[in-house]
Amino acid sequence: MGELKLMKGNEAIAEAAIRAGVDAYFGYPITPQSEVIEYLALQKPHETTGMVVLQAESELASINMIYGAAGAGKKVMTSSSGPGISLMMEGLSYIAGAELPCVVVNVVRGGPGLGTIQPAQSDYFQATKGGGHGDYSMIVLAPASVQEMSDFVPLGFDLAFKYRNPVFILSDGLIGQMMEKVELFDFVPRWTEQEIIEKNPWATTGKTPGRERNIITSLYLDPGIQEKHNEKLQAKYRKMKKEEVRFEKIQCDDAEYLIVAYGSSARIAQKSILLAREKGIKVGLFRPITLFPFPFNEIKKMANQVKGILSLELSAGQMVEDIKMAVNEKIKVEHFGRMGGIIHSPAEALEALEQKIIGE
Amino acid sequence: MKDELYTDIVKEENLVYKKTSLMTDNILSYCPGCGHGTAHRIIMEIIDEFGIQKDTIGIAPVGCSVLAYDFMNIDMQQAAHGRAPAVATGIKRTWPKKIVFTYQGDGDLAAIGTAETIHTCNRGENFLIVFINNGIYGMTGGQMAPTTLPGMKSSTCPYGRDVDMMGHPLKIAELVALLPGTHLVSRQAVHTPAAVRKTKNIIKKAFEYQLKAKTGTCFVEIVSNCNSGWKMTPVQANKWMEENMFPYFPLGDIKIEGKLVQ
Repeated sequence: MGELKLMKGNEAIAEAAIRAGVDAYFGYPITPQSEVIEYLALQKPHETTGMVVLQAESELASINMIYGAAGAGKKVMTSSSGPGISLMMEGLSYIAGAELPCVVVNVVRGGPGLGTIQPAQSDYFQATKGGGHGDYSMIVLAPASVQEMSDFVPLGFDLAFKYRNPVFILSDGLIGQMMEKVELFDFVPRWTEQEIIEKNPWATTGKTPGRERNIITSLYLDPGIQEKHNEKLQAKYRKMKKEEVRFEKIQCDDAEYLIVAYGSSARIAQKSILLAREKGIKVGLFRPITLFPFPFNEIKKMANQVKGILSLELSAGQMVEDIKMAVNEKIKVEHFGRMGGIIHSPAEALEALEQKIIGE
Repeated sequence: MKDELYTDIVKEENLVYKKTSLMTDNILSYCPGCGHGTAHRIIMEIIDEFGIQKDTIGIAPVGCSVLAYDFMNIDMQQAAHGRAPAVATGIKRTWPKKIVFTYQGDGDLAAIGTAETIHTCNRGENFLIVFINNGIYGMTGGQMAPTTLPGMKSSTCPYGRDVDMMGHPLKIAELVALLPGTHLVSRQAVHTPAAVRKTKNIIKKAFEYQLKAKTGTCFVEIVSNCNSGWKMTPVQANKWMEENMFPYFPLGDIKIEGKLVQ
């Protein structure tokens, strides 16, 4: 068993970065995730693992530092919240276009605009449907505990390097700020320079006589070549959809109704289904862990079993569109969620299920 | 027939000039008369002379030199508009022994990327920034740049740059020279053989600093022409540059080894 610690979600992300052998973290402070860079600054990992920690002048700069270091084969990550993530969208589009591996964390706060510093899940569309310009996708992992904040960092890097693609951790202010017990994984050494060159033969590590020069770019002026590049990206996304769907089912076996929720809403819904079962209503919880690729097929299967689905999100209803697409009008699908940093209670969620799904 | 003719002349002992193997054989995308090709060649010659091809990573910007990686025979990354210094920071911080340089135009470095330029120089990031200033947006077809001269015409200031309305040309070299993070700041040109030699010497110095130790950011501006954008012949453009660009952007060293040149 690994080392046990009581930590904030944001601290767990930072500790996991050091332990996962990350080469650099570039970031810019923003509430509710500033503890990530603060924790790293305090730990001074450059003295232990050699990890670089640098506060950039903006999120534009930090995401482009990520681009540069990732393009040179290094394991690098950044984190931010809504307004900062919006600034990173340009860089993320370039990173996806140039097929660079990296991990980006969004500890979501309520929007739009400067919004609030309180938790929300209103950046689902931005994370799963592109966000930046052009046809691209990122693997999106949604942690629902401090444990998963830690575990998804090494998982994120495995997936990022497997697919040469950015991996997004879509958390929120609740998971980022709350403290829980976390079992820390053992330290993984950083890749040596030789390992980087061997594992990433495409990276700009310096042109040696034996190989062609390596170019990191997303520019293909010839439409035919650009289309081929797009087709290659799409093939990669199809492979992700086939192989990387992750989800959790809680009390779904005998369920007559279903709540679909991810992240903090899934934690709230865990209590809602207990309250429902105390009242004799058989409700299950389906928790997507990957929001891209979204578990369409598994939700489609659930639609053969349950009478209705409530999508529970801290937003005006974004994931509900994907659920509706999966269910294709076979059963009733409704959304419930508070906004602006207000967190729905388990009882509120159950009441919404009773009124919107069971009642009619 | 053609080959026979050349074999008479093309002999090792007759060679006075040879293209460095660090320039690829791709046909340059620049207009005839443009200074980019010369600037590219200078940098590649220096990398060749130092024998550091295997250790050098270059960053191409958005602008006419977006395709610099087609011509420079080294590992390169293409950066988003204005972000080259941030990209270079990411590389240099994680590969501190590599030799890193950015190659940027005026719109890229002094407009959209001003924040990255200033903060990179302020942190004293240990790499070279080569800045090509031709006072216009060449690639997008001749729009106003942050360095377009007062009264100078472009497609977005067709009646001439009105400084009351559009602001003044930005002397970014003088600006970054004031920051403690810069080690070398110089403004040069590539329009005459003498200018080419001077520019090569100063860029060589910048590479030397980076090879030796962590000294800080080296910033070399090259005032160049854009005969297409300026709607002139190459000869006219060079003359116009001498008469108009040089008085506003005077050539010479601005900061040497961390000290402002008086």
